[in-house]
Amino acid sequence: MKVIKEKHPLLMRWTHWVNFPILTIMIWSGLLIYWANDTYTFTLFGVTFIRFFPQGFYDALHIPKRLAEGMAFHFLFMWFFALNGFLYVAYTIISGQWRELVPNKHSFKEAWQVVLHDLHIRKMAPPQNKYNAAQRIAYTAIIVMGFGSLITGLAIYKPVQFNYLAWLCGGYHLARIWHFVLTIGYVLFFLVHVVQVILAGWNNFRSVISGFEVIDEKPQPAIQIQNDETNEKAE
Amino acid sequence: MKLTKKLSKVFSKNKSPKKELTVEQKISRRNFIAFGSFLALGSAAYGGWRWLYTSPEEKGGVTAGAHGPLRAVLNTNEKVVRQLYSNNNLVKTYPKEMAAKVVRHNSDIGSEGLIDVDAWKLSVKKNSGEVLNIGIDEIRKLPKTEIIYDFKCVEGWDQISHWGGVKFSDFITHFKLDAETQFEYVGMETPDKEYYVGVDMPSAMHPQTLLAYEVNEKPLPPKHGAPLRLIIPVKYGIKNLKRIGSINFSNTRPPDYWAEQGYDYYAGL
Repeated sequence: MKVIKEKHPLLMRWTHWVNFPILTIMIWSGLLIYWANDTYTFTLFGVTFIRFFPQGFYDALHIPKRLAEGMAFHFLFMWFFALNGFLYVAYTIISGQWRELVPNKHSFKEAWQVVLHDLHIRKMAPPQNKYNAAQRIAYTAIIVMGFGSLITGLAIYKPVQFNYLAWLCGGYHLARIWHFVLTIGYVLFFLVHVVQVILAGWNNFRSVISGFEVIDEKPQPAIQIQNDETNEKAE
Repeated sequence: MKLTKKLSKVFSKNKSPKKELTVEQKISRRNFIAFGSFLALGSAAYGGWRWLYTSPEEKGGVTAGAHGPLRAVLNTNEKVVRQLYSNNNLVKTYPKEMAAKVVRHNSDIGSEGLIDVDAWKLSVKKNSGEVLNIGIDEIRKLPKTEIIYDFKCVEGWDQISHWGGVKFSDFITHFKLDAETQFEYVGMETPDKEYYVGVDMPSAMHPQTLLAYEVNEKPLPPKHGAPLRLIIPVKYGIKNLKRIGSINFSNTRPPDYWAEQGYDYYAGL
């Protein structure tokens, strides 16, 4: 028999979806800003693996020569990004949902088992509630990262008025690098997130819009038949 | 109360007798509401975005080149940030050894080529109509202040550099311009009027704002704004006008080169 099982509260669904276009606009306008001084590379032992960013990437997205426009968009949508984030965090704290989200003492060990299971190396996934251990770590990390973007962003925005924030980030120069690295982190998170959502299927996806999952619960027989061999085998 | 009871009776009459919804019905009803509102609000958000993205540029004035609504936001942001502004908030300073030997030079609009430093005069337009014409030697005699700080360009680069000159506030005191500091803004222009900036008075009077005539303890070379330039650490580089020709004071925002090209008028840090 089909049963409705509540999964995601309304506010968590909405802040999740509201964040998607906001973060997209923040990353896009951030690119418009970054282009004006695009000096970051990923270099190890003198070998540059990635230069942020190749010209073709800029051209495809019409990035060049839009610094002023980028700043103007960035400094509007920063408000929405921060407000939406605060709303989400405040709700998870007040509603108690944080208990499902924040990693516990088993999470770090279990997360590894989840990863092995997802990669089809391990057969059994550890038991879980709403989120598995890997999700707990990932979804908490992304909130911490969001807070990091806010702090580093403020440190870059007003490094003199918020000089203590700039100090906290290791100075203005480093604050910009953190801010950039966090953004790359979001993009990587997004890629894994989308693959996982596709693999998890429709029921899971719908729960982030409608709030519930549909599960097939076997009706409990009114009379428990003891010592039924066939039943035992089926279990 | 009575009215609502009556109303509810009227409405309930129109309904078929209440039946418990099946699970399938509950699922499809909730999906309909959720996906429907998701689509509706999603389209509204997209419409809002298109409205903003295609919103016309502001009408040319002191500021220009930005989308109208975005300019309004930039100006509102400035009002918010001013609540936090204090002349006790100082830019971080560094030891002399950390200053760059080769100081980055980005643009020379308004300060191209060479200048005859001996013939140069700074003209300060007082509100009485009087104009002070001040030579560089006179400015060099004033108490000197040095600052080694992280210069920040709006493009995104920053560089620790070492500047020397007279504090703007000391300059004001020395030339008895205290009455002019009652105005809200200071305007500065290059001698050829090709480059010009407007700065709010609190930022101009900030204790780290200099009229600089030295970089790395040597007189400014032409490309860094000889003989006198503005060093204002609470603003992006675009406000640090090179080769100052004239200074004026006003309660309306003075013209500003980059604010006319879509940048925030205040460019504060």
